Amino acid sequence: MTSIERDAVTLGSTKPAMSPNLIVQVPPDVPGKEMSYQEAIREALREEMLRDERVFLMGEDIAKHGGAFGVTRTLFDQFGPVRVRNTPISENTIVGAGTGAALVGMRPVMEIMFVDFSGLAMDQIYQEAAKLRFMTGGQCKVPWVLRMPQGGGSGKSTAAQHSQSLEVLFAHIPGLKVVLPSTPYDAKGLLKAAIRDDNPVIFLEHKFLYPFRGRVPDQDYVLPLGKCDIKRQGKDVTIVASGLMVWHAMQAANIVAQEGISVEVVDVRTVSPLDEDAIGSSARKTGRVVLVAEPCRSYGPTGEWGMVVIEQAFDYLQAPIVRLTGRFTPIPFADSLEKGAWPETSDVVRAIQQVMK
Amino acid sequence: MQVEREALLDMYRRMVLIREFELAAMDLFKRGQAKGAMHPYIGQEASGVGVCMALRKDDVIAGTHRSHGHNIAKGADTKKMMAELLGKETGYCKGRGGSMHIAAFETGSLGALAVVGSGIPLAVGAALAFKMRGEDRVAVPFTGDGGSNTGNWHEGVNMASIWDLPVIFVLENNHYAVSTRLDNAVKVKDLSIRAQGYGIPGIRVDGFDVLAVYEAATEAVARARRGEGPTLLVTESYRLEGHYAGEPEVYRTRAEVEEYRKLDPIPRFRTYLIDNDKAKPDELSMIDVDAKKEISDAVQFAKTSPTPDPTTAMEYIYA
Repeated sequence: MTSIERDAVTLGSTKPAMSPNLIVQVPPDVPGKEMSYQEAIREALREEMLRDERVFLMGEDIAKHGGAFGVTRTLFDQFGPVRVRNTPISENTIVGAGTGAALVGMRPVMEIMFVDFSGLAMDQIYQEAAKLRFMTGGQCKVPWVLRMPQGGGSGKSTAAQHSQSLEVLFAHIPGLKVVLPSTPYDAKGLLKAAIRDDNPVIFLEHKFLYPFRGRVPDQDYVLPLGKCDIKRQGKDVTIVASGLMVWHAMQAANIVAQEGISVEVVDVRTVSPLDEDAIGSSARKTGRVVLVAEPCRSYGPTGEWGMVVIEQAFDYLQAPIVRLTGRFTPIPFADSLEKGAWPETSDVVRAIQQVMK
Repeated sequence: MQVEREALLDMYRRMVLIREFELAAMDLFKRGQAKGAMHPYIGQEASGVGVCMALRKDDVIAGTHRSHGHNIAKGADTKKMMAELLGKETGYCKGRGGSMHIAAFETGSLGALAVVGSGIPLAVGAALAFKMRGEDRVAVPFTGDGGSNTGNWHEGVNMASIWDLPVIFVLENNHYAVSTRLDNAVKVKDLSIRAQGYGIPGIRVDGFDVLAVYEAATEAVARARRGEGPTLLVTESYRLEGHYAGEPEVYRTRAEVEEYRKLDPIPRFRTYLIDNDKAKPDELSMIDVDAKKEISDAVQFAKTSPTPDPTTAMEYIYA
């Protein structure tokens, strides 16, 4: 992988890591502006806080400091300490207090610094928030959003306890919704939808996408939760991907287009509930499927997506499904070991060529 | 503290109602007519009632696996509770929760959370919402001595203390976390001193004395409503039954249990009411009879209620 700049994730950097032209969702004639994924998330928070006084933010170092990645920077100055609350290092109680506030009518948005730390809050996530509505026979709802940066990238991640992609842990739990946007446009529209949703939503932000830029409309909009997005139409091969992997897929699609191969890219921007029909119908259309996801292969998203393909498109398949995933290893620190921990554009190109054989 | 006669009788009524509910529930479990696990509150009635009598209807509580008593003390309908124990559609949680998860939002009961300590953060969050909105409501999480060793408890008490949230942390020390006696799990003898580490008041009261609990809770609630922050209220108590209905109780002697039975809060309060001319014996006996009737009606209601329709199994997962 050569096209992701080594310094692209430096805090506050606005340098695009891949050409934003790879994904154009808002044409130039629609009033809007270009912004980074990080800015798009911040604007979604700002607009929802202005729209609804029940929305407030809670997390470690999110006030003046703006959070570990600067996402909430400036919000403290605008909304003050009551609605942008710094907390002690108490992940379980950050989430549990969010649930308690949600039960009595607030719409909290919590931040955990890295998804890797969510283990500390898991009891409140999967035992309480996810189940309270069900366990109480529908007496309550838990309208909250838990924002957590996740993900790694070759040559740039910070070893085993700060670089994982853990969407699968949450997607396995009934009662939770899990979102993983890949672009600024998606990040803003999906976060607004998540805040307005009446369920607990795990909102995963790929930290290597924070500086990625794209056009976002000026007008208020929300995107549907529970739907995939076709990022590129094609007829020969379907690539199913999410998060940063969508960009590798798009880049690979451009490369193989020069060989005359037409690739369709299905972005699983809501991990759960999974839009099975979007995956199935694309697979039926192309008959050749590559699955690309950052979590480890064992019991990971590609196993789930692949099974959907088998259930919905088995008779249409013209080649075995190929899947590209993270290695089944804790993320190592040294560059030499880390290389190859995740799929990269060149891997996707090879996979496309393989299913086209 | 001067307490109106009507309130005193209400305290007595609620305590007796809890006792009758628990006896009936244990009977159902022992006969195999109710499944799962059931954790009786027998012996601890004065704690839940003393606290909940100090609350308004719009105040909230968060319970534990042992929260039938808290719910009744807060005013829950015993019919809907008993139906929940039997997994009926007419139960508070439409049979989805059972004994350990009874929630009654209509009375301010946010739910019984059966992971020890996990209700603490919920109450902290509810109190945060009250404070942010300028409401004078309070939140009360109940835990036992075991719960006070969890991370949930320490994180929650800390967060409530730094933000001066209107929370009364009620720690019902019944001396055993399942089979583990307090002195095997906690270094300090007086759990209320744990409050000192968080810069909040820690009060310790006789948990068999409903008036002592009520008085301490009233003061803590007033303090919380004034915006002065949380209080740790330790009620020294004991569960006169096993951890769950039918438990062998190999970890304690019958003699120890019998010693504590002498402190049973219900006969004690009955004697107090009569000795202080607050109530006539007949009046109290009438309350006893009414409570028995209410609970036997509740059992009848539960038994004759419909079970949930299997076609509704996927309801209430998402809003």
